[in-house]
Amino acid sequence: MSYTNKLLQGGFNFDNHLRNKALADKKLVTEPKTTKTGTTIVGLIYKDGVVIAADSRATGGSTVMDKDILKIHRLADNIYCCGAGTAADCNFVTLKMEAELELIKLNTGRQSRISTAVSRFCNMLFRYQGYIGTALIVGGVDVDGAQLCSISPHGNCSYLPYATMGSGSLAAMSIFEAKYQDDLTLEQARALAIEAIEAGIIHDEGSGSTVNLCVITNKESKMEMNVKSYNKRDWYNPNPYKFPKGSTPFFKELIFPKVDVTNVSDPNQKMIAE
Amino acid sequence: FVQNGNKKNLFEKDIGAPETTGTTILAVSYDGGVIVAADSRTSSGPYIPDRTTDKLEYIDDKIFCLRSGSAADTQTICHYVRHYLGMHKIELGKAPHVKTAAKLFNQILYSNKDRLLAGIIVAGWDPYDGPQVFSLPLGGSCTKVPYAIGGSGSGFIYGYCDANFKENMTKEEAEKFAKNAIALAISRDNSSGGCIRVVDINKDGFKRQFIPNNDLPLR
Repeated sequence: MSYTNKLLQGGFNFDNHLRNKALADKKLVTEPKTTKTGTTIVGLIYKDGVVIAADSRATGGSTVMDKDILKIHRLADNIYCCGAGTAADCNFVTLKMEAELELIKLNTGRQSRISTAVSRFCNMLFRYQGYIGTALIVGGVDVDGAQLCSISPHGNCSYLPYATMGSGSLAAMSIFEAKYQDDLTLEQARALAIEAIEAGIIHDEGSGSTVNLCVITNKESKMEMNVKSYNKRDWYNPNPYKFPKGSTPFFKELIFPKVDVTNVSDPNQKMIAE
Repeated sequence: FVQNGNKKNLFEKDIGAPETTGTTILAVSYDGGVIVAADSRTSSGPYIPDRTTDKLEYIDDKIFCLRSGSAADTQTICHYVRHYLGMHKIELGKAPHVKTAAKLFNQILYSNKDRLLAGIIVAGWDPYDGPQVFSLPLGGSCTKVPYAIGGSGSGFIYGYCDANFKENMTKEEAEKFAKNAIALAISRDNSSGGCIRVVDINKDGFKRQFIPNNDLPLR
């Protein structure tokens, strides 16, 4: 099949994976580390809706690649989701789902439902047998009320009243198991979610920076960015390095004059079709 | 300083492992219906992501299936069978046979046996053959049995079940048998735990029961 036909097929193309594997097997090239969101993401259902929260650190191996990444993605006005796992997978998969949900909404003329998003996520992730490394917490409010679902990278979904995912999930779950109750108020739910993410940030090396939060009710969804920060950098060098001209000695000087090349074709010349 | 140093975290490999319902599932037919029961634990290596799983999947009004093995595999297979049986029911125009549902599972499990990790028990009641239980273990075979147990916890209760099962029990006897068996397995198997979910299926439909962890029998 020609290359362009393959592109038009749509979806994911795993050809490069085979190439990478062959190169790695022959030890010609070391694979670059994928940027993972070693993460803490949480969600809980409270009296009037759903609160989902996430930290904001993206790691690649043991380096922090991004100190303020947004892990909360909009799927619809009334459905938001948090993604853990491989950062690129999360971003693309949620963008694709947002588009799919919008098309379905236009086709049906009805508000998006969480179960639609969850079913489609599960089917897609199962089809790829866990190779798409996204663990998601999808939360929202629709005609069937407030719902929260945690989806594992292999396509298993569980509708739960509270859920945590990511490398910091154990720390966050310990907070939830100790303090979660039914019918919390908004203040209690927000505080609990922040506390759970805080546990992840403090006790998990893959999570850090700040807490991002999203509150979804049947009337509106509100994103709150950088609700709480940890380990903020508060010292900057008052005299940053400045090298005056002439600091570096040199032995030889070569000057290349900048040359402008302009290609002019005759505007009167007609195109000859052969 | 670093706690573990160079020592690799023992659980590092396992915490991200695919979620399995390491499980105890049981279905037993009694005089007039079937009782299906399961524990509620989903494990991902040493961590339990869901301690209140519902492993009793509704396939039809009087047909349920019990899932064990890979959570993702079994969930997807159940969705397919529910869809196929629903279509078949519309075309048939009357209640589907339990053996049809079992056959659908059989065909999916056997033809994909190298890619799936799923142990399923299909149980239900139909007006043609009454209460039936079908066991579909890992390889994809399908056999009709008077009672069936499955999952990692089933190994611990074969003795109890063989000793205590009787044909044509009453509903109360069958319920007691099921709950005791699951409770025994929970007490001995690492991968089983949480609460016991029970469904009673007979000619009047199905009825769910929930036994929380602190009310487990045999305490």
